[in-house]
Amino acid sequence: MDKFTRLDGLVAPMDRANVDTDAIIPKQFLKSIKRSGFGPNLFDEWRYLDHGEPGMDNSRRPLNPNFALNQPRYRGAQILLARENFGCGSSREHAPWALEDYGFRAIVAPSFADIFFNNCFKNGLLPIVLSADKVDALFREAAAQEGYRLTVDLEAQTVSTPSGQVFGFEVDSFRKFCLLNGLDDIGLTLQNADKIRAYEDRRKVEAPWLFA
Amino acid sequence: MSAQTLYDKLWQSHVVHEEADGTTLLYIDRHLLHEVTSPQAFEGLRLAGRKPWRLSANLAVADHNVPTTGRADGIAIADPVSRLQVETLDRNCADFGITEFKMNDVRQGIVHVIGPEQGATLPGMTVVCGDSHTSTHGAFGALAHGIGTSEVEHVLATQCLLQKKSKAMLVKVEGALGKGVTAKDIALAVIGRIGTAGGTGYAIEFGGAAIRALSVEGRMTLCNMAIEAGARAGMVAVDDVTIDYVKGRPFAPAGEQWDKAVANWRTLHSDADARFDQVVELDASALRPTVTWGTSPEMVTTIDGSVPDPKKEADPVKRDGMERALAYMGLAPNMPITDIKLDKVFIGSCTNSRIEDLRAAAVVARGRHVAPNVKQALVVPGSGLVKNQAEAEGLDRIFIAAGFEWRDPGCSMCLAMNADRLEPGERCASTSNRNFEGRQGPGGRTHLVSPAMAAAAAIAGHFVDVREIL
Repeated sequence: MDKFTRLDGLVAPMDRANVDTDAIIPKQFLKSIKRSGFGPNLFDEWRYLDHGEPGMDNSRRPLNPNFALNQPRYRGAQILLARENFGCGSSREHAPWALEDYGFRAIVAPSFADIFFNNCFKNGLLPIVLSADKVDALFREAAAQEGYRLTVDLEAQTVSTPSGQVFGFEVDSFRKFCLLNGLDDIGLTLQNADKIRAYEDRRKVEAPWLFA
Repeated sequence: MSAQTLYDKLWQSHVVHEEADGTTLLYIDRHLLHEVTSPQAFEGLRLAGRKPWRLSANLAVADHNVPTTGRADGIAIADPVSRLQVETLDRNCADFGITEFKMNDVRQGIVHVIGPEQGATLPGMTVVCGDSHTSTHGAFGALAHGIGTSEVEHVLATQCLLQKKSKAMLVKVEGALGKGVTAKDIALAVIGRIGTAGGTGYAIEFGGAAIRALSVEGRMTLCNMAIEAGARAGMVAVDDVTIDYVKGRPFAPAGEQWDKAVANWRTLHSDADARFDQVVELDASALRPTVTWGTSPEMVTTIDGSVPDPKKEADPVKRDGMERALAYMGLAPNMPITDIKLDKVFIGSCTNSRIEDLRAAAVVARGRHVAPNVKQALVVPGSGLVKNQAEAEGLDRIFIAAGFEWRDPGCSMCLAMNADRLEPGERCASTSNRNFEGRQGPGGRTHLVSPAMAAAAAIAGHFVDVREIL
C-alpha cells in the first residue's frame, strides 16, 4: 500500500446523497479476478451514455457530458467531495479500488457507510468526515472557483482551503499510523501470532465445538 | 460485572488483543467465501507466501455468478468471465485445501442460506464473509458482518480482524404482526424509520415480542437487511427457536458437545438492565405490507399508500434525491402504489429464498396465474436443499402451473451478475434487498417487497394488498 502523508489535490464534486457501491462500480466489472484496472469503469452507468461491459475499449465510449467527472475542469482530480452516506450498500472493495485507480486519494463527506469507510484505509484512500455545513460550503466554493484545490495533511489531521480556512478531522490512531507508513496490516497482526494461539488454546477448552 | 448487551458478550468473548486506541484484534470463528470477493485475497496470500491460519474455519461456495438454468444438464457457464471467476474459486479452494460446495453439489446455494442450513453458522460465533449481507447470520445470536477483500485475506492469514467496537442499538418490536405482514415488512419499516444511514456505526439487536414470535428464517430476513439500515451487524438473542433450528445440522455439535454448547448459548441474550446507545421502538400490530417506491431502501411506503411528492420535502438534498429517484423509477408523485404495473417478478435472494419464503409465495400462487403483462416471474430457491424440499412439498408444481419459472439456486436477479436481469426500463417486484439504480440490470426499476406480496403482484400484474387475497 502507498503511504499517505500530505496531499494537495484538485477537487471534484459528487453532489448526491447515498451514493452506493453499485453506482461506484457496477456488478459486471466485479467478475474480474484482478485488483487493478477498475478506474475506467468508476461510476460507469453515470459516466457513459452506453452500457459498459468488461473488455470494452472505454476510450471509444460516448461520455455523459452532464456528469461532473467528465467536465475538463475536474480532470486529474484527486479529492472527491461527496454527500451523506457515501459508499453504502455492497461490501465490494472494488469500489475503493476503482476510486484509487481513477486517481482519487481522499474523499470528503459528512458521513460514510461503515464497510466502505473501512475498505478505503486498506487501499491508501483517506475518507475524511467533515460536518454537513462545512461540506456544503466546500461544494459552493468548488463550484464557484475553477481549479479549486484542498490540502490534506494526515499527520496534522487537517483540511485546508485556498482561502486559508483549516478544518480538523478525526482518524483512528492505528489507521493513521498504517496510512502514514503504508503498512500491510496482515504483517502487523502476525506479530501477535502468539496471542492468537493462546486465545485458541483457551477457547478450545471453553467452546470446543467451535474447533470441530 | 455490569449488565451486558448481547453484542458486548459476543465482542468480549472474541477479543484476542486490544490496542491503546481501542483497535481490537477480534477472533473469527467462521469465514464464508464466495467467488466474487475472494480471488484477489487468495492471490495476496500467494504473493506473500502465506497459508490459511485455520482451514476448518473456512467454507466456500459459488453463488453470485452461477446460472439458474440448465445445471442438471451439466452445461458450463456461458459467460467466459463468470466462468473464470467460478473456476478460480474452485482452483483456490483445491490449492489451499478449503471445503467448497461446488456448483452442482446439492448443498450449493447462496452463501447466507447454506451457512445456517449446514449448521456452519452457530450461536455465539463471529461470522464474516466478503459480502455485506453477512449480517444475516446474526439471527442465531452470532456477531456477523460483511468485510472487504483485504479483510478476507486478513482473516484467511490470521483468523482475526482488526476492529473497533460499534455502538449498540436496540430495535424493539412489540405486539403481533397481522396476517400477511412479515419479517420483510418489519425490515423495510425499520429502514424507512431510521434511514439507510440510521444504523451507521451501530450493531443492531432486534428484540421484543414480535421478534421472539418470528421463526429463525424470519429473523434471518430481518438481520439480512440490517446493512440496508447502515448497520454492519444485526442480531437476535438465542432462544428455543434458535436451538431447535440448529439441532442435528451437519456442522452442528452433537452428543455431549451439544449439551455443553446449548448451556453456553442460553447465555446469549442482553441482560435485563443492559444499556443501549439508542433504542428504536415499533409496534408490530401497526405494520402493513410495505413496498419501496424509489432507489434507496429507505424510500418505503405501505401498500395502501402513494408515491410521495418531493414538493413536500423541506430538506434540499433529500428533495433532490427524491426527484432523481422518481425520474429513474418513471413514477409520478401522488400515484397510488396499487396502480404501479410490473414487467417482472423475482422471488429469491439471501433475504427471501428459504423454504418458508417459498411456501408463503406458493400459498398466493396456488390455483392462480401470472398476469399477461408480467413477462417473467422467477422463483429461485436459496440452495439445492431448499429446492429439493420445495419439490418434495410440491411447491415447484404450484409455481409452474401458475406461470412462474422454477430455477436452480443462486443470487440470480438480486444483483444480476449472471444472465438473470432486468432490461432498461423494466419494472420488477423483488424479494431482494436493494433497489439501487441498475442493481437488477442497467436501467432496471426495482420495488422491494415480501415473497407473498411479490407473488400477489405477479398474479395481479400490479401491486396489490396481499391481505385481500389470503
